[in-house]
Amino acid sequence: MTAWVIALGGNPNAGKTTLFNAITGAHQHVGNYPGLTVEKREGHVSVDGTDLRIVDLPGIYSLTSWSEEERVARNVLIDERPSAVIDVVDATNLDRNLYLTVQLLELGVPLVLCLNMMDEIRKSGRILHTQKLASLLDVPVVETVARRGEGKKELLLAAIELAEKKEKTWIPLRISYGADIDPVVEDISKLLDAEKDAALAPYPSRWLAVKYIEGDPEVRDLCHQNTSLGEKIRGLSDRLQAHCQNVLDVQPESLMADYRYGFINTVTKQVVERGKNDLSTRIRVSDAMDRVLTQQIIGPVIMLIVFYLMFAATFTLGEYPADWLKSFFGWLSNFSARHIPEGLIQSLVVSGIIDGVGGVLSFVPLILIMFLMVTFLEDAGYMARMAYMLDRIFRAFGLHGASVMPFVVSGGIPGGCAVPGVMAARTLKSPKERLATLLTVPFMNCGAKVPVFLLLCGAFFGNNAARAMFVITLASWAMALFVARFLRSTVIRGEATPFVMELPPYRMPTLQGVLLHTWERAWQYIKKAGTIILAISVLIWGMMTFPGLPQEVQQGFEARRQQVAVLSETTPQADAKAQMLAIDAEESAAALRNSVAGRLGSFFEPLSELAGFDWRTNIALIGGFAAKEVIVSTLGTAYSLGKVDPEEAEGLGERLARDPGWNVATATSVIAFVMLYSPCFVTVVTISREANNWKWGAFSMGFNTIFAFLVSVLLYQLVSRMI
Amino acid sequence: MSLKPLRALNVDDIGVVCHIRAVGDLARRIRDMGLVPGTGIRVVGRAPLNDPVALRLRDFTLTLRNNEADWITVEVPE
Repeated sequence: MTAWVIALGGNPNAGKTTLFNAITGAHQHVGNYPGLTVEKREGHVSVDGTDLRIVDLPGIYSLTSWSEEERVARNVLIDERPSAVIDVVDATNLDRNLYLTVQLLELGVPLVLCLNMMDEIRKSGRILHTQKLASLLDVPVVETVARRGEGKKELLLAAIELAEKKEKTWIPLRISYGADIDPVVEDISKLLDAEKDAALAPYPSRWLAVKYIEGDPEVRDLCHQNTSLGEKIRGLSDRLQAHCQNVLDVQPESLMADYRYGFINTVTKQVVERGKNDLSTRIRVSDAMDRVLTQQIIGPVIMLIVFYLMFAATFTLGEYPADWLKSFFGWLSNFSARHIPEGLIQSLVVSGIIDGVGGVLSFVPLILIMFLMVTFLEDAGYMARMAYMLDRIFRAFGLHGASVMPFVVSGGIPGGCAVPGVMAARTLKSPKERLATLLTVPFMNCGAKVPVFLLLCGAFFGNNAARAMFVITLASWAMALFVARFLRSTVIRGEATPFVMELPPYRMPTLQGVLLHTWERAWQYIKKAGTIILAISVLIWGMMTFPGLPQEVQQGFEARRQQVAVLSETTPQADAKAQMLAIDAEESAAALRNSVAGRLGSFFEPLSELAGFDWRTNIALIGGFAAKEVIVSTLGTAYSLGKVDPEEAEGLGERLARDPGWNVATATSVIAFVMLYSPCFVTVVTISREANNWKWGAFSMGFNTIFAFLVSVLLYQLVSRMI
Repeated sequence: MSLKPLRALNVDDIGVVCHIRAVGDLARRIRDMGLVPGTGIRVVGRAPLNDPVALRLRDFTLTLRNNEADWITVEVPE
């Protein structure tokens, strides 16, 4: 027998995910609905020998089809036709939560009402007459405390019992929408009953009629597919619309909401007995916290402290595992170098595969730690407060208050990483604002760009290096916000999405929830590293390796080595060694110049000279697409310095400062370009994934690079005329 | 009793939603969150730049921007 399908629905913040975790534990997996950004969570559980497949629906407030989440939830109900739907409601906030419940009942799904957070009800002295609620709505009601797993077994047993009883028959609840609307609902459902085709068959007629009048876009499209039927329904609905508008001065849809809330009020009046001290402890504590945490002056100060602590924690905690990974991959490189004969294969394995994947995996500790904190703040309810406090500022640039976290994580304080930053944008539910956020967070100063800035500031701005870094940080914020504004008035233009948002009561996140969520995101990232990212890193290795030096040039270097070897019998050992290294470095530089990347660098030189970049800088910037860390080391190779450690690049700094091709104008221009040009490919892949469209990943590469180049040319031409 | 736009309310002011003129997406979101005529509200806070505003209604806290609050008229006790 196949497992029963049980869907889990409910409002955001009602404890649905906590309950899902409590029920399924580790037996769950997360994916995306095809073509959508909404997460698909499923899990398995076995209760007294009955296998259940649990489908976690996205958290929604209403069962219309205006947002992606709502459409997904509705389509799962229709397409999968679950044997039972568990509707998780926050018992302390029954009125609003029942709005969705009523809509689910109107659809007719076999529903079990799960009254969650019952511990809060008991503490607050409020009384809920559960049996009364069950009989009024004619559904089984189970009390739970999801955080502690209380009631989950009873809940599942109730769902199984209901599934067996109903055998997938749907019995829609009928609500009266008043004398004006009811007859029209009746007429439309009769029409549908008579002429409904296969496409409409899975939906109850009355529910279709109600949703049609409410203006639900998906239902309207469905009904209009059958032209003659569609026309008749449209006629009835339009007449009602005009009647309500002229006689009552109200839209039918808002009248219907009033009736629904009216129905809910009559239910809750009989079910909820409010104590003297009505507000629950949780809300009272939460209010007290808000008086400090969102106070107009103290609130922002505390928020800055939270940001600072996040970064302090990332660096102090992230350093150790990152170092372990680094030494592990260092060891692996050496090991492979020793056991694979010198040549192309060795180079491919060591420089292409191990360095590429190692570089990507070295982000994992950072991502884990950042997400641990982001998830904690999100689940604790603080993230919504950040959005609330900063919305006014971000809105001016076409973004949303919730854009703040992605910006900060990406390097709003220097040293973040755009990969977790882009992933942090998942909490943002407004599609346009979210896309603008995804596309602009890569302008922030991530940890990999910082060494480039430090190198150039140290070499060309001497005593003012610290101030220059500060200016760079401010400039990246300004640029990101400016570009966001630009994108929102061009490619992603359109009205701001309404902000209307719940501030959930503060609560202590559950350890299980935070760990599961953090691990999910890290795992999705690791999976990417294994496939597409590996391929691109090999490609870039190939570009910087092939076609290699012509034989006669190689022989030339070999001859010089021999010469040194012969001379070494008369000169001191140290000198000979230095000369050997110099020859090696020169050869690497020559090979790099001759490679595909080098030729590209030379090819672009006539153009890039406008911004002051010579072919060496061009190669470094091409390499920087693999990972921005590569920029400094590639510059080192191109300037024949042999291996340069990005963190100890004084030698390279001095070399650049002496080079006639470099001056303050060049440095300014390169800094601007590195700040703004194409995100590294890991970020590009992540953007494509989060936007669910390769177009946007490609856009960020093309647009950012062109924009960066224009800014660099402008700066170079200006500054070189000033000095 | 007098009618006031929601934007004009100060922190700790109370009132009853009287009329919502918003249409389309905004109107739907407001309704889905339970902000319908007849609902009692209290302003519980304002963000640092006085916008958005936080309201207590039913048993939860809702925030909305001032330009969204402009569509809502509230009946307040004198």
